[in-house]
Amino acid sequence: MTDRRKFLARAGAGLAAFTLAGCTDLSQNKLVVGLLEDVEKLTRRAQRLFAGSRSLAPEFSKKDIALEFRANGTLNPDTADYNAHAANGFHDWRIAVGGLVERPLSLSMAQLRAMPSRTQITRHDCVEGWSCIGEWKGAPLAPVLAAARPTENARYVVFHCADNMAQPGFPEQYYYESLDLVEATHPQTILAYELNGQALPIQHGAPLRLRAERQLGYKMAKYIQRIELVADFERIAGGKGGYWEDQGYTWYAGI
Amino acid sequence: MGAFLRRALGLVPDGRIIMFLRHPLAVRVAHWINALCLLVLFMSGLQIFNAHPALYWGKSSDFDHPILSLTAVDTGNGLKGTTQIGAWRFDTTGFLGASDTDGYETARGFPDWITLPGPQWLAMGRLWHFAFAWLLVINGLLFWIWALARGHAKKDLLPTRADLAHLPAEILNHLRLRFPKGEAAKRYNALQKLAYFFVIFVLGPLVVLTGLTMSPTMDSAFPSLLWVFGGRQSARTIHFICAFSFFGFFIVHIVMVILSGTWNNLRSMITGRYAIEVRDHD
Repeated sequence: MTDRRKFLARAGAGLAAFTLAGCTDLSQNKLVVGLLEDVEKLTRRAQRLFAGSRSLAPEFSKKDIALEFRANGTLNPDTADYNAHAANGFHDWRIAVGGLVERPLSLSMAQLRAMPSRTQITRHDCVEGWSCIGEWKGAPLAPVLAAARPTENARYVVFHCADNMAQPGFPEQYYYESLDLVEATHPQTILAYELNGQALPIQHGAPLRLRAERQLGYKMAKYIQRIELVADFERIAGGKGGYWEDQGYTWYAGI
Repeated sequence: MGAFLRRALGLVPDGRIIMFLRHPLAVRVAHWINALCLLVLFMSGLQIFNAHPALYWGKSSDFDHPILSLTAVDTGNGLKGTTQIGAWRFDTTGFLGASDTDGYETARGFPDWITLPGPQWLAMGRLWHFAFAWLLVINGLLFWIWALARGHAKKDLLPTRADLAHLPAEILNHLRLRFPKGEAAKRYNALQKLAYFFVIFVLGPLVVLTGLTMSPTMDSAFPSLLWVFGGRQSARTIHFICAFSFFGFFIVHIVMVILSGTWNNLRSMITGRYAIEVRDHD
C-alpha cells in the first residue's frame, strides 16, 4: 500500500513536471516534433478523402461582405521596383510561368484579364483564427497552367512573390508559397486581380494574389511575379514549400 | 487527522472491506488517454487562441464587436490587461490580456503557464493540438464502440428514470459531501451518470465537430456544419465554450475524486479494484 502510494505520488510529480516545464522542452525535441509533424500527412489524407479534389468552399452573398477586409502579412512590398510598378498602375507587371513546363509563358496583366474569369464571394480564414468575407475576381489557375503544359513530373506549383520578408540588413528572403496540383487546379483557385469590384489594393497583394479557398490565408500568396512548376520544393529557400512553412507552419493548411 | 478526513481520504475503513472490480480495462485505458489528450488540447488550444484573443458570433469576424476579447493597452506605466465580455470590461492585468513571460510583461491572451508551448508559438501549438485531437477522436470512437457494444453506455451511463427521480436527493447528498456506500457505491449515481454521459456523448462530439467546422477544407466537404453551428466564427466560440466546459468538468471531477476517497478512486482507475465497505447491518 505504501509503495503504491509512493508510486502514485511520483507519477503525480512527474505529470506536473511534464506539464509545466516539459512541454516547451518537448517542443524543441526533434523526435517529438517529427512525430507531431507526421500528423500533417494524416490530416491531409483524411481531408482529401472526405473533401475529394473538387468540393467547393462555401460561397456567400453580397450582404455578407466585410465592410473592411482585414489585411495581414506584408501590407506593401515597398521596393524601388515595386513602387515603380505601383506608380504605373501595374501596367507593365508580368507573370512568368515556368519550371517543369513544355511552353514557358510570360503573361501581362491585360492578357490575364482577357482570360476567362471567375468571381466568388468567399471567406478568408487566417491561421490566427479570424475570418473575413470578400468578393474576389480573377483568372482560374487551371487554364493558365494548362496553357503552359506541365511536364509529367510536375507535382507542385510554386508562387514567387515581390515582398521581401527579411529584416533590413539581412539577405533577401522573398515570400513564396506552393500548392499541389489538386489544389492548384481546383475550380475556385484563382489568380485574383479584383477585390469587391475594385482593382486589388496594394495591402491585399496588388496586382495579383492567389485565392485557394479550401486553405488558410498564408497559402494565398500576394504580389505574385512568377509561377514555377516543380517536382519537389526541397531546393527552394528553406525547403518546406513556403515562407511560413520554413518558420514551422504546416505545408498542408486545410485546417 | 480527524476521522472524517481519514475516511474521506480512504485511509481507514469503518466497516468490513470488500474489493471489487469497478472499472474494466477499457474504461481505465480510455480514461487516462483522454486525460492526457484533454490536458494537451486545452493548453495548446489556449496557445492557438492567443494568436487572436477574441471571439465573434456568425460567419466572419466583426472586429469592432467581439463577444469576448483579451487585450492589452500600454498605459505608459506598464501594460494593462483587459478582459471584455459583451458590454462588461474587467481589469485582469497579470492574468488575462497582459502577463509576465520570463519576467517581461507581455501582451498575450492567456498567461504562459497555462499555454503549450509557454512562449507565443502558434505553429507549435497547432502541431500539438492536431496530433492530440487525432488521438482524442480515435480513443473516443473506440470507447464509443466498446461502450455501445458491451452495454456500458446503456447499463452504466444512461440515467434511468429512477436515477432522475432521485436527482434532487442526490444533489443534496453531494452538497453535504455524503457519498454512496456499500452496494450503492458499485454503480454510478445519477449525477455521475449525467456528468459522464454529457461529457462523453454531448461535449466530446460537440468539441470535435466545432473544431472541424473551423477547417476550410472540411467546410467544403460538409457545408452543413456551418449551417448547424451558425458560421465559422460561431463554431470557434462554441469550441471555446466546450473547452471551458471540459475545464469545469475537470475541476468538479478532481474535487469529487478527492472528497469521495482519493486513493480508493485513483486505485480503481489504475488497477480497477475499488474497496467498498459492507457493514453487517447494511
